Amino acid sequence: MVPIATMHYLVVAAALFALGVVGVLTRRNVVIILMSIELILNAVNLNLVAFSRMWGNLHGQLFSIFIVVDAAAEAAVGLGILIAFFRNKETINVDEIDLLKW
Amino acid sequence: MLREFMSYLGSSVTPGQAGNELWALIYVFVIFAGVAVIVLCMNWIERKALAHFQIRLGPMRVGPHGLLQPFADALKLMLKEDIIPDEADAVVFWVAPVIGLLAAFTVYIVIPFGPSQAVTDMNIGILFMLGVSSLGVLGIVTAGWASNSHYPLIGALRSSAQMVSYEVAMGMAILSAILLTSLHGVGIYGVSGNGDTGTLSMIGIVQAQQEQHVWFLFKFFPLGFIAFAIFAIAMVAETNRAPFDLPEAESELTAGFHTEYSGLRWSLFMLGEYAAMVAVSSIAVTLWLGGWMHPFPNLLNGPAWEFIFSLFPGLTFGALAAIAFLGTARMPSHSFFRIQRAGLAVFAALIGLIALFLLVIAVAGRANDTSIAARFREGIDYIYWFMLKVAVFMYLFIWYRATWPRYRFDQLMKVGWKVMLPISLGVLILTAIVGVLLP
Amino acid sequence: MNPALNVGAAPIATPFFFYMLAGAAILGGLLVITRRNAVHSALALIVTLLSVSGLYLMLYAPFVAGVQIIVYAGGIMVLFLFVIMLVNIERVSKERQFNRIWPVGLVASCSLLALFLAAFTKGKDLFHDRPLTLPEATNTQQVATMLYGEIVKTIQYPNGQYMIGQYTFAFEIASLLLLVAILGAVIMTKKKI
Repeated sequence: MVPIATMHYLVVAAALFALGVVGVLTRRNVVIILMSIELILNAVNLNLVAFSRMWGNLHGQLFSIFIVVDAAAEAAVGLGILIAFFRNKETINVDEIDLLKW
Repeated sequence: MLREFMSYLGSSVTPGQAGNELWALIYVFVIFAGVAVIVLCMNWIERKALAHFQIRLGPMRVGPHGLLQPFADALKLMLKEDIIPDEADAVVFWVAPVIGLLAAFTVYIVIPFGPSQAVTDMNIGILFMLGVSSLGVLGIVTAGWASNSHYPLIGALRSSAQMVSYEVAMGMAILSAILLTSLHGVGIYGVSGNGDTGTLSMIGIVQAQQEQHVWFLFKFFPLGFIAFAIFAIAMVAETNRAPFDLPEAESELTAGFHTEYSGLRWSLFMLGEYAAMVAVSSIAVTLWLGGWMHPFPNLLNGPAWEFIFSLFPGLTFGALAAIAFLGTARMPSHSFFRIQRAGLAVFAALIGLIALFLLVIAVAGRANDTSIAARFREGIDYIYWFMLKVAVFMYLFIWYRATWPRYRFDQLMKVGWKVMLPISLGVLILTAIVGVLLP
Repeated sequence: MNPALNVGAAPIATPFFFYMLAGAAILGGLLVITRRNAVHSALALIVTLLSVSGLYLMLYAPFVAGVQIIVYAGGIMVLFLFVIMLVNIERVSKERQFNRIWPVGLVASCSLLALFLAAFTKGKDLFHDRPLTLPEATNTQQVATMLYGEIVKTIQYPNGQYMIGQYTFAFEIASLLLLVAILGAVIMTKKKI
């Protein structure tokens, strides 16, 4: 078996990224779109930590900690917006959230 | 294989760090078996202790003094019909108790029973424990939702809100204990340098207490104690035990989030709850009560005192055997009680044998060298003192349940956010200031 | 010898665990984007997050793994589950779950993946693995040092004093960001401001 190198982790991260992008572009449920965004952020984190291991310093790990913090803040605010919107119009379907359309 | 087996017995690092998979697996099996035994014992002790607190006797019929009651309960739960509600989501319904159980059991990886008696010593021990015990919330939330009925849903939402709130206070209390690991000073108020030996690993925390010759309970006197008190209250709330057991109390919400669970699935929840209780008690013991050290480690540490403290395991089991023999003698000698008397006598004899075995090890290993007997004695001593302190906490859990009425949910949340969080934040800031300002 | 520094003798189980964790992560990702029921998606995302945390442990980054478990799996996913239960309406589970233009999205992301893989294959020579210099046993301390700087022991500070590190400013800004997020979420979900 070929020993596990950095490339393997990068491929896994790219696959997760692609899956997240499919989720964001394709699904109609807002909560699942937000979850796909979390997938994308995780893929980026995995990329960063793999490179951190390759270069032998900790900058990648620290940056990924900040990305995790940022994702938490963004998930909280995004879900807050969703709940505030859900109170006005009883839907979580992005195709129906089109208040600016005439 | 034999070499791996013997290499651990002389090592001073945990099997996980030494890469010794055989011993790590042995530890995992021992932990599983140990937790199962502890849950059985806790079930019996809880019912008997609650009964005696309420001036009644508790289970007396099933075995001598109800000793076989937990086995009867386990058998009954296994044979009960497994009911799944009609509209419930079968996959999530099945997965929810497993999540709770896994979250409770995974914490045991980092719990240190001794300086080399743990499954592994992760560099992030405390962080790992906090994270994994916050996964238990997920099990409760999915259990409540999967039951597809409003009582479990409300119970699950309340329970998870409570657990999340008290996790914050728990984390800050843990942080103030972690701050203390980076000090070099000896004694209750000794600081003398800080910063480069702080550690999150559980074995490192107990070793820091060893070097500073003081339990963190007494360090910077009121501060360590207040942090410990905050953690002790928060851990009771984390495990949904009285007086914070509104979400699962039987008279309030018809048993809350595990209403729809019957038989074996419900017993998985109970197993997870007791395992979580032992886990957070072990965390409290490790962080504040000195882990595996015997009491007064700085005052009483000559070889004579070491020998006296190493007799304690044997003496404890001997006392238990004596109590059991006394119970046998006090039983009525009617022929109706013949089997029970014989059973209790056998149980007392077994405990007596364990006591004898421990005494033999304590005497044979009394020299402080590296022979096999001495290493066994050391290992058993570490594990014994650790488990004794955890047992004190488990008894406290039962005492709280017997004594205090439960909090109403809004009172509970108010205490969690408006009382515990400011106090723990204050203790953290004060600990940091004292640690920097003292010479 | 500390196994964390032992580059040459990598344990045999490593490819097994890597493929298991990577497979679980990708399978979880697939389940997230294809389940009709949002709670199933959330549970699959939890599986993905825990697998990615395991991958971080394999990359000798225990601190990031711990942060991932606490913040993502223990915090964000609980938040997601709460919100799913609050906005769960029966009508949604009976509607169509994918867009009308889902082939376009699929093609777009497949071409993005192809672009990534092409970039990796072309640049394969750049990714040579250096010898491991990140001992796992002191990872937390090293992260703390990078966040706050080296401890300077001089005559003025005989007990040791942290100077400013490379990431101190970013750390403080991150705490401010979290404060803003808390305020924002609370204000947006209040019924009456």
